[in-house]
Amino acid sequence: MTSGGVATGRLAVRHRLAERGIDRQLWLLLPALAFIGVLFLYPFLYGLGLSFQPAEGGFLASYQAFFTDPYQVGTVWNTLRLALPAALINVLAAVPIAHRMRGRFRGKRVLTTLLVVPITLGTVLTAQGLLNYLGPTGWFNRILLSTGLVDDPVRLTNNYWGVLFSLVITGFPFAFLLILAYLSGIDPTLERAAATLGADWRQRFRRITLPLLAPGLATTFCLTFVLAFSVFPSAILVGNPAGETRVISIAAYQAAYERFDFSLASAIAMVMAAVELGVIALVLLWRSTLYKGSTGGKG
Amino acid sequence: MSGLLETPTRPVPPSERHAQGAPRHRLVASPAAWLVWGAVVFFFVNLAGIVGSVLVSSFGTRWFGTWLPEGFTTDWYGSAWEDFNLLQVVLVTLQVSLLVVLLSVLIGAPAAYVLARRAFPGKRLLMLLFLLPVLMPPITYGIPLATVLYKYGLAGSVSGVVIANLVPSVPFVILTMTPFIEQINPTIESAARMCGASTRALFSRILAPLLVPGILAAAIIVLVRTVGMFELTFLTAGPTSQTLVVKLFTAMSAAGIRAQQGVDAMAVIYTTTMLVLLVVALRYVNPTQLVARVREAPED
Amino acid sequence: MSAAVSAFNELRLDGVGRRFGGVDALTDLDLTIRAGEFIALLGPSGCGKSTALNCIAGLLPLTAGSIWQDEKRIDTVAPEKRGFGMVFQNYALFPHMSVRRNIAFGLQMQRLSRPEVSRRTDEAIRLVQLEEHVGKLPGQLSGGQQQRVAIARAVVLEPALVLMDEPLSNLDAKLRLEMRTEIRRLHQSLGLTTVYVTHDQEEALSLADRLVVLRSGRVQQIGTPEELHARPENWHVADFMGYRNLLTLTATEVSGGRVAVEGAGMQLVGTACGDGVREGQVIVALRPDDVEIVDATPSGNAIRARVELVEYQGKERAVEARTGAGQVIHVRTPRRVAPGDDVTLTIDPSRVLVYPSTDDVGELAVPTLDRVAS
Repeated sequence: MTSGGVATGRLAVRHRLAERGIDRQLWLLLPALAFIGVLFLYPFLYGLGLSFQPAEGGFLASYQAFFTDPYQVGTVWNTLRLALPAALINVLAAVPIAHRMRGRFRGKRVLTTLLVVPITLGTVLTAQGLLNYLGPTGWFNRILLSTGLVDDPVRLTNNYWGVLFSLVITGFPFAFLLILAYLSGIDPTLERAAATLGADWRQRFRRITLPLLAPGLATTFCLTFVLAFSVFPSAILVGNPAGETRVISIAAYQAAYERFDFSLASAIAMVMAAVELGVIALVLLWRSTLYKGSTGGKG
Repeated sequence: MSGLLETPTRPVPPSERHAQGAPRHRLVASPAAWLVWGAVVFFFVNLAGIVGSVLVSSFGTRWFGTWLPEGFTTDWYGSAWEDFNLLQVVLVTLQVSLLVVLLSVLIGAPAAYVLARRAFPGKRLLMLLFLLPVLMPPITYGIPLATVLYKYGLAGSVSGVVIANLVPSVPFVILTMTPFIEQINPTIESAARMCGASTRALFSRILAPLLVPGILAAAIIVLVRTVGMFELTFLTAGPTSQTLVVKLFTAMSAAGIRAQQGVDAMAVIYTTTMLVLLVVALRYVNPTQLVARVREAPED
Repeated sequence: MSAAVSAFNELRLDGVGRRFGGVDALTDLDLTIRAGEFIALLGPSGCGKSTALNCIAGLLPLTAGSIWQDEKRIDTVAPEKRGFGMVFQNYALFPHMSVRRNIAFGLQMQRLSRPEVSRRTDEAIRLVQLEEHVGKLPGQLSGGQQQRVAIARAVVLEPALVLMDEPLSNLDAKLRLEMRTEIRRLHQSLGLTTVYVTHDQEEALSLADRLVVLRSGRVQQIGTPEELHARPENWHVADFMGYRNLLTLTATEVSGGRVAVEGAGMQLVGTACGDGVREGQVIVALRPDDVEIVDATPSGNAIRARVELVEYQGKERAVEARTGAGQVIHVRTPRRVAPGDDVTLTIDPSRVLVYPSTDDVGELAVPTLDRVAS
C-alpha cells in the first residue's frame, strides 16, 4: 500500500512538472550551466569577495583606496569620456548611411564585407596602423602638410584622439551592420504609405522610421558602448596611458599585475562592471518606454 | 534584456525590389546622398591608409620622413619569424582557437537547443546569465578569472588560455545557434521520435545534418573572435602560451628594442591570418552575424 | 504489407488531461479505441484535438490521467518506444533525406537487417505509388507527393496505431478528396487502427467509424457519423455539424419528446434533444438542407420569408432568407429562386432540434448569429 502511495505520489509530481514544462530534456542545459557557473559566476563572485578582503584595512579599504585617489577615480571619467562619444558617433554616423544603403544594390555584399575588415583586424592591429598612418610623419599628416592645410603635423596619436579614432574604426562597422539589419526589418511600404499621405522625406523619417528604429538604436548603442568601454590595448598603444587615456581597464590591470594587489584589482573590476551596467541599464530603461512591437517586416 | 541581441528577421518582401529603384535614381541628384557616400569613401580611404601603412612599412627598408620607404625588402618577415618565435606562437594560436571552437560548440549547442525549443521556469533569467559574459568588459571578469586560474595552477598554460576564451565563446555559440535551431520545424523532431529514433539518433541523424550551417556559423564566429581576443588571453597566457595578438601587443609595447618594421611584419602576418579566416567565414555567415545574433534575409 | 494485426485489442484513455501553465488544453478525456477502428477527433481550432493526439503519441507528457494499451500502462513510455506511427499536418519530412531514406528511417532505427529494410521500404513506396520519385528530396515534391511519403513513412513500421494530425489541410481541394480516399483505402487494406484529427466535419464523417467532438478541451459527444449527423448532443455540436441555423426561441409547451417553440415571428413544432429542455428560452437547430421551399402552405411547420441572397453551388443553391421579424434562415435548395422572392419554408418536426440554452457547465450561453462558417 505504501509503494502504491509512493507510485501515485511520483506520478502526481510528474504531472505537475509536465505542466510547468520540466522534463529530462532540460539536462541538456547542464554543461552550459555548469560551465557558466564555474568559469563565470564563481570567478566573478570570488573577485567580488576578494575586493572586500584588502591586504590591510577594513573590508571596504580597497574601494576606499580607489575612490579617495583622484588619479584612480579619474579613470572612470577617462573611460566614459572615450566610450560615450565613441558609441554616440558610431550610432549617429551609422543611421544615415545605413538608411541610404538598405535594400539591395550592386556591390552591397562587397561593401558590407569591407566593413567587417576593421572588426576582424582587432584593436591591436588598428593601433599599429593608426600609429603609422596618423603619426607625425604618417601619410595623413603628409597629405595635410603638402596640401597646405596645416603648417605643423597635427598630433593625433598618443593622446585622446588616437584612442577615439581607434574606437570609431572598430566600432562603426559594428554599429552600421546592426542598424542596417534593424532598418531592413522595417517594412518599406510603411514609408510609402506615409508618402501617399503627404509626408515629405524628413517627416517620413522622423515620424515613421525613427520611432520604429529607436529600440534598435538603443540596443546598438549599448553594444557599441560595451565595446568601447572595455578599451584596453588601444588606450595603451595609441593613447597616453599615463595621462588622459588612462582608462579603468589600465587601472585594474596595473593593480593586479604591477602592484599585485588583487583585492584592489577586483574592486576596480567591480566598479568597472557597475559603471558599465549602470549606463546600459539607463539606456534600456529608456528603451523600455518605446514601442517595440512588429516593425511591419514579415517573419 | 534577453532580447538585447535579437534583431528583426524576415524574408525581404518582393515589393522591396521596386523600392530600390527610387533611391538609386535620386542618388544622382541629392546632395545628402553625396554627403553620405562621401563619408563612406572617407572612412574607407583612411582604413586603407591604416592597413596600407602597416603593409608598406613591413616591406620597407628604411622609412623616415618620406612618402614611401627608400627600398623594399622581405627581410623583416624572416627576422620577425625568428625573433618572435612565430612558429610556436602560430601553433599555439591554432591550438587554442581550435580547442575553443570545439569545446564551445559542444557545450553551447545543447543549451542553445533547449533555449530555442523549450519554455520552462527561469528561462529569462538563464538567458540573461548567458548574455552577461558577452555584455561585460572582458577585463572585469578576466582579472578574477585569471586569479582563480592562478590559484588552481591553470594560468600560464594553453589550457588556461582555452578556459578563459571559452567564457565569452559559449554564450556566442548559444546566441548564434538559437535562431538556426528555431528555424527547424519541431514537428520534424516529433516525426523522428515517432519513427522510433532515440535522443541520440535524433541528434546525430536529424538535427546535426540540418544544423550544419548553424554549427559552421557559430564555429567560425568563435574562431575569428578567439584569434582576435586580446584581453583574456593577455591576462591568462604565460610565455609559452601567447597567441599571435598578444605577442603582437607585447612586441609593440616594447617598441624601440626592435625595429618597427619587424613589428609591422608580424602585424601583417596577423592581419593575413585574420583576413583568410574572414574570407572563409563570409562564405558561411552573413557579415552581420559576426557582430551579433542576426538573421538577415538571404542576399540573393 | 500488413500492419501488426494484434498489437493490442484496445487502447484506453482514462481521464487524460493536459494543462499548459494553468490553462487547460484538454480535460478528462475518456476514450477506448478498439483495434481496427478509425477514430476522428473533430473540433474547431484550439479545441484540444491536437493536444489529445500528441498525448497519445507521447510527444506531450500528460498532466492528468493515464493511457493503457490493454493491461499495460503506456503514458510514461517515451514516444519512440510506443510503436505508433504519425502523419503530421506539415508532413514533417526530413528535408536532408531522399524519399527513400525518409521512408527507411524508422526501419533503420529498429536496427533491422539491410535486406529487410530495403524490402519493406520498396513495398511501402509501391503502396503509395512513389516509385519514380525515390531519389528526390522532399523539397522537390508536390504537396500531395510529400503527404504520400509521410504516410508511407508512418505505415512502413506496421505501427499498432497510426495518428494523423490534419494531414490533408495543406492540400488543395481536389487533392484533398483523392488523398481522403487513399487514406481510407490504406486503413482498410492494411488493417490499421487510426486516430485522425481534423476540423473538417465532412472529412471526419466520410472517414471515421467513430467521431469524438471536442470543444474547449472537453468531449462533447462520441458517436458514429450517423449519430452525430442526425442527432447532435448539444447545440455546440449541432453548430459544428453544419446546423447553420441556430435560433434562440421560446419553448411554450414541452410534452414528451415534442416541443412547441415560438419567437422571431415563427411557430414551430420540434423534437427535444436531451433531458434539459424546459419551457422558456431554448436554442433551435435547423440544418439548411432539411429546410424546404414549398409552393403550397404546408400542414406542419411553416415559415414565411423573403429571399435576400442566393449563392449558386452546383446542384443546389445556398439561400439566405429573412422572416418578417428579421430572423435570417439559411436554406439549401435545388429550386431556382432570386433575391426578393417571397417563399414559404417548411421543415419536418423531427428535424427541428430543440436544445436547452444552458451549457453543460450550467452557464447561460446563446449562439451569436453571425459566425464565420466553419
